[in-house]
Amino acid sequence: MSGWKNLCRLLPIVALAMFVLTGCGDPYLSALDPKGPVAESQLSLIKLSFYIMLGVFIVVMVIFTYVLVKFRKRPGQTGIPKQVEGNHKLEIIWTTIPIILLLVLAIPTVITTFDLAEKFPSEDVVNVKVTAHQFWWEFDYPDLEVSTGQDLYIPTGKKVQFQLTSADVIHSFWVPALAGKTDTNPGMVNHMWFQADQPGVYQGKCAELCGPSHALMDFKVVAVSPEEFDTWVGKMKAAAERTPATATAQQGQEIFNKSCLGCHAVGGQGGKMGPNLTAFGDRDKVAGILEYNKENIAAWIHDPQSKKPGNLMPAFGDKLSDQEIDSLVEYLDGLKINE
Amino acid sequence: MAGHGHVAHSPKRHTGLMDWLTTVDHKKIGILYLVAGGFFFLLGGLEAILIRIQLMYPDSKIFIGATFNELTTMHGTTMIFLAAMPVIFALMNAVVPLQIGARDVAFPFLNSLGFWLFFMGGLLLNTSWFLGGAPDAGWTAYAPLSSAFSGRGVDFYVLGLQIAGIGTWLGGINFLVTIINMRAPGLSFMRLPMFTWTAFITSTLVLFAFPAITVSLVLLMFDRLFGANFFDAAAGGNEVIWEHLFWIFGHPEVYILILPAFGVISEVMPTFSKKRLFGYSAMVFSTVLIGFLGFMVWAHHMFTVGLGPVANAIFGVATMLIAIPTGIKIFNWLFTLWGGHIRFTTAMLYAVGFIPTFVIGGMTGVMLAIPTADYQYHDTYFVIAHFHYVIVGGMVLGLFSGLYYWWPKMFGRMLNETLGKWNFWTFFIGFHLTFFPQHFLGLLGMPRRVFTYQAGVGLESMNFISTIGAFLMGVGFIIFIWNVIVTNSKKKDAPADPWDARTLEWTIASPAPEYNFAQTPLVRGLDALWTEKMAGNKKMTPAEPLGEIHMPSASILPFLMSVGLFIAGYGFIYHMYVLIGVGAVIVVSCMFTRSFKDDPGWHVPIDEVERTEKEARA
Repeated sequence: MSGWKNLCRLLPIVALAMFVLTGCGDPYLSALDPKGPVAESQLSLIKLSFYIMLGVFIVVMVIFTYVLVKFRKRPGQTGIPKQVEGNHKLEIIWTTIPIILLLVLAIPTVITTFDLAEKFPSEDVVNVKVTAHQFWWEFDYPDLEVSTGQDLYIPTGKKVQFQLTSADVIHSFWVPALAGKTDTNPGMVNHMWFQADQPGVYQGKCAELCGPSHALMDFKVVAVSPEEFDTWVGKMKAAAERTPATATAQQGQEIFNKSCLGCHAVGGQGGKMGPNLTAFGDRDKVAGILEYNKENIAAWIHDPQSKKPGNLMPAFGDKLSDQEIDSLVEYLDGLKINE
Repeated sequence: MAGHGHVAHSPKRHTGLMDWLTTVDHKKIGILYLVAGGFFFLLGGLEAILIRIQLMYPDSKIFIGATFNELTTMHGTTMIFLAAMPVIFALMNAVVPLQIGARDVAFPFLNSLGFWLFFMGGLLLNTSWFLGGAPDAGWTAYAPLSSAFSGRGVDFYVLGLQIAGIGTWLGGINFLVTIINMRAPGLSFMRLPMFTWTAFITSTLVLFAFPAITVSLVLLMFDRLFGANFFDAAAGGNEVIWEHLFWIFGHPEVYILILPAFGVISEVMPTFSKKRLFGYSAMVFSTVLIGFLGFMVWAHHMFTVGLGPVANAIFGVATMLIAIPTGIKIFNWLFTLWGGHIRFTTAMLYAVGFIPTFVIGGMTGVMLAIPTADYQYHDTYFVIAHFHYVIVGGMVLGLFSGLYYWWPKMFGRMLNETLGKWNFWTFFIGFHLTFFPQHFLGLLGMPRRVFTYQAGVGLESMNFISTIGAFLMGVGFIIFIWNVIVTNSKKKDAPADPWDARTLEWTIASPAPEYNFAQTPLVRGLDALWTEKMAGNKKMTPAEPLGEIHMPSASILPFLMSVGLFIAGYGFIYHMYVLIGVGAVIVVSCMFTRSFKDDPGWHVPIDEVERTEKEARA
């Protein structure tokens, strides 16, 4: 019996220690630290259900502990305990009380399920079309005629309404601090919305197994003030007129136009097989996972498979010379929107 | 059966390996299921340990990319289909016929066929590790990742599970018919032991759920092998169909797994508290209700798919309803213990440890039933924690409890209690260390099936604790294996009724003789043995005179048929039509032989029955 008691003492301590160690996690990643109305409403239901369940758990554990301590067989105890068939009153009690508790839970459940499925007219929201690819994210702003990849810019304090689909397999679009996830299904369009109340760079994840690099399919949601957002949109539209700043970057642009433009678009031109690179220089991650610096950009171009197994980009390490890759890196690094 | 007028056929008895390959005896088939299930459990556990090693620290590079996906896919598939299901069938085989006073299951030949199909299917699936890579599309194998974006491994998944699934389905039918038709006189449905009740409901779920996975595997097989487009959206297919079909099977599967564990708990708790089960009829009713509701809630695995608020709300509320019959069970167990004389044997420790663990798993289940909250939980470590609390904390603890409880009846030896307690505490503490932190990992933003996670976002310490816990669970399981080895080296000295128990299986020798009951017993109340004990009787009242006992013949055909399908499986995977032909010829000729060769069985003569019974008493 002492082992059992020790464990009962141990469990809450372990749980508490974990909370102290971790707090609520990273403020730009954790679902326990919501930064917008959708994640807030989801957390409030998580909390409501948790408290109800905690109450039930305590009742069960009190009876459980009492029974195990009180009715354990003592040394020398003989005889046969009373053979109780059952008790109708008790059965009714522990059928009715859970029904009431579930009703308390079911009502807000149904209401929020319908609330969060609401669709809004275009003038009230920023519309974004999300297309998931193995293993990156394409973001198109149909009303603003702007496209980007990996970094999703949104204005704070305004609803962002998404149409989600996929180019290949099923992925799932998840920004824990702003909203729960919605699957992206090939050949279908799903809807969801969220809103960021504060500026910040929120982490996004793919939540549905989508292949070898599923773990690496991260993206960012960059929430900026509405003014900054408008500036950003304007600059994105004007990006076609940019010219590279240095001669090396000029060379890099030529290489890019020859080798990369078929898949990657910059400033409205180019293919859609790979992420749009118009604002590549503003990113703080290369390919969503590597620290942003010139070495990592070059390393990626050399051999993308070693960084993100199973992605579609071919290795350029044997197609381009190191010097060509360096100029390409210089050009890409110069593709900034925010100065 | 006993004493009918035919000439006694000479018993065809094999020994050694041939005995195990040809046996149709439910007790031996139970042992086969246990050994095979235990082997696959070891494999699945090893895969789990490798997964936890990779996730012990952030940015590890030990098993990444497709290799990691192979590990998670095979861990899930192995544990569900090849470890959990067979150990359940092991207990059902070992116990159900004895609990209902039957001499075997209704279709002994099918029973053997069911086992060998399961085993060959599992073997086929696992050979993929050596033949170019295991399946890596997740145990749920969502299309189109599984249909068009994965390698040959998924072909092994499709064919292996299809063959194993037929075996499981046959097993389900067999137990349904057995329980309906072969109960001893007086054993009405409302006197059935709870374990047999849960076996009955589980078999019903198998009967209706497995056709759904069969159909989905056929569709996937056609897409992969014959260029069909069931799941190709561009060609007019629909990948969400797979998710529906998979979960129409997959959700009842959860109840297929957990109900027998409920049954075990409902046997162990009354025995070790020396009280009858509290609220027997409420327990029966809630089991039936859980089984029924289990078919109504599959779309709660699909809240994020985009089915719309109406479907999500309905499936969410329906899911919550399952908490009601489950709660009824928990409280009835607690009140079974109330006022009893509780003995903490290892079997009882597992049953007692089951309660808080399963309650946590059930409560996170209610939390997951809220669609909008599920948008956050879905496909994260929160879900991993939830279903491991239900499946490991519920089913596996229940199965361990059952194994410690029925081991003497299966093998004639009592498992060592000291080792048993070490086994329980290491496994139990290891389990909570592994999975309790995972609830928080999910909420802090860690998706499932990822081979790495960022440093510095609060995920490191809990992942580390989780890995340590997994090792401790591994130690617990090794202690169990050690216990089995130690026990196996002792002599068979278990008494017929070592626990002072209540049901029919404890009225006969441990291990049970080949024919189970020398005379079919007459059942005179719930808890048949306890009823007689209370009436002051030393043994059951027989319902028939002692006579020669009719037995089914051993047969190699089930094994050969399964080998045939195993060969044909490779034929499909590698598009080698010769192999398909060879396999088909083997299967069809076995079926032909079975159909047209008359097999009247054989009889155990009276003097042999008398001799065996006398030896058992001595």
